[in-house]
Amino acid sequence: MAEIRNYTMNFGPQHPAAHGVLRLVLELDGEVIQKADPHVGLLHRATEKLAESKPFNQSIGYMDRLDYVSMMCNEHAYVMAIEKLLGLEPPLRAQYIRVMFDEITRILNHLMWLGAHAIDIGAMTVFLYCFREREDLMDCYEAVSGTRMHATYYRPGGVYRDLPGLMPQYPYSQWRSKKEVDRLNARRSGGLLDFIADFTKRFPANVDQYETLLTDNRIWKQRTVNIGVVSPERAMQLGFSGPMLRGSGIEWDLRKKQPYDVYDQLDFDIPVGRNGDCYDRYLVRVEELRQSNRIIEQCVAWLKANPGPVMIDDRKVRPPRREEMKGDMESLIHHFKLMTEGYCVPAGEVYAAVEAPKGELGVYLVSDGANKPYRLKVRPPGFAHLASLDEMVRGHMLADVVAVIGTQDIVFGEIDR
Amino acid sequence: MSAIPGTTAAVATPTRLEILAQAVTAALPGLTPVANHTGELTYEVPANELKAAAQALREASALKFEMCMDVCGVDYLSHGRAEWTTETATSSGFSRGVARGAQGVDAVPPGRRFAVVYHLLSLSLNQRLRLRVFCPDDAAPMVDSVTDIWASANWFEREAFDLFGILFRGHPDLRRLLTDYGFIGHPFRKDFPLSGNVEVRYDPEKGRVVYQPVTIDPRVLVPKVIRHDNRYDPALTNAPVHTTSLTKSDG
Repeated sequence: MAEIRNYTMNFGPQHPAAHGVLRLVLELDGEVIQKADPHVGLLHRATEKLAESKPFNQSIGYMDRLDYVSMMCNEHAYVMAIEKLLGLEPPLRAQYIRVMFDEITRILNHLMWLGAHAIDIGAMTVFLYCFREREDLMDCYEAVSGTRMHATYYRPGGVYRDLPGLMPQYPYSQWRSKKEVDRLNARRSGGLLDFIADFTKRFPANVDQYETLLTDNRIWKQRTVNIGVVSPERAMQLGFSGPMLRGSGIEWDLRKKQPYDVYDQLDFDIPVGRNGDCYDRYLVRVEELRQSNRIIEQCVAWLKANPGPVMIDDRKVRPPRREEMKGDMESLIHHFKLMTEGYCVPAGEVYAAVEAPKGELGVYLVSDGANKPYRLKVRPPGFAHLASLDEMVRGHMLADVVAVIGTQDIVFGEIDR
Repeated sequence: MSAIPGTTAAVATPTRLEILAQAVTAALPGLTPVANHTGELTYEVPANELKAAAQALREASALKFEMCMDVCGVDYLSHGRAEWTTETATSSGFSRGVARGAQGVDAVPPGRRFAVVYHLLSLSLNQRLRLRVFCPDDAAPMVDSVTDIWASANWFEREAFDLFGILFRGHPDLRRLLTDYGFIGHPFRKDFPLSGNVEVRYDPEKGRVVYQPVTIDPRVLVPKVIRHDNRYDPALTNAPVHTTSLTKSDG
């Protein structure tokens, strides 16, 4: 009789379902996974080492590029760590703006996840619907920071600038008919807050649309129910966080349990799964879309009613305005020192964690009193999730690997750093 | 900060941090928290007591740190050393040159260079704790692996091994994780140059990709400067600097 051996297969790093650059060495017995060995690091850019060579503020932009589908949440953790060391508290309006953009980011991330997860396991349409809504949210990013993805908008002590009073509009051009431009600009007649308020009104119906396509879909359920089941005990052992932990039935959300900024003043619910399978994690994330929408609504209402400063008035941290600089010697000196040297952060160490869309994103910052971080460690949520891939796919079929990678919401910017 | 135990008797109602500090002292007598102004608890354990301490932190009923959120290596080689002297500038003026490469002769005392830092989280009691272990041997830093206590430490320890060269005794699968196949050195050590040692390019004559010594010169764009700031000097100020962060992280 011929000797039967397990078959070793290479998955990725160029596979579309690998969500970037995952190389997975799979050991198969027939079509059943015996062992999965993820090889990561193909996107390793040594962000943490680079941050050690730059003044604190110059690394904010690097944070966007960690988890590049939830940009502002990464900035938030980094900025919060610096604030804790400096002992700053940003103005209330800045806190609301941050929370609002954190939630916009969560929707952005979950839409990207939903579309990609669905297309991975065979549902094409959801992807198109998700990107339709992402477009509006990207416009919010652009209106506030000038870029559609890597915003670099948060600063220690607040945010870079206040929300624009006018939403940018599409210009008339030979490429689009006047009717088409007017249609695109119809929602953009007011300020950014009006645009977001309009979005929050439309969005629940859009979520219903996605759910119509997936939630009771027979094929979707066949591909996700009872796939990649993780028990609550195991989820804790493996260091899960975010929807992965909540999908296993553990009620844990940093926004509720260790609230930062103004989350303790907002009204929202934490969805929790029951079985810890891919389907429950899908339900949790879809419900999070609705809850994020609720939070954004509350933030918009507050921000409309309460104008005010969005940055602390501390010349040692915040660069002076251009006008001040032109007429005031001291402001010029402050500007020069902040731009050439940055600010020194008192010696100490801090761990600041935010509830990023993928889970707990922590920033461990060691300062020795210098103008650069001595050591910066980013604790990416996806790292712990991917580490458990082997355990989650063992005994499943080859096609389920794609479902499990999808449900983990893997992004290599944060795992490889 | 009154978060450090020993001052608890004077305070009417102990804060959550003080209660946690007392619980740690009860479970692990002999440990004293490291002073910190950010309202977080940090403990340093000797390398040979790590496993026992980790076990106790996980099991004790008032601690219950069932999750290990992060394990990270730290290289303290150039800690507190600036590249540009500012203290004497008033009398002598600034020096123009940047003191490159902080690896001098007056290095850190032996056994204080490499540390492994663990960030623990208790879901049931909603508390956090930081544990630091210094590797006794600087040449071949080694500590016990905690993978059998927290499975999540597996990849984090592999990463610390890869980037810092810290060995974890008893780790089931201590391979490199983030760097390239066949990479030499441990890139996050402070004596590893930021530009690296090798670069990759396509050699048209050989018709393949070759590795060669790096051709760019390392340079310091913004020198590292340490300024003494009276605002952050605990001896000079009575007001707690970090009232806000304390109340926030307490919740």
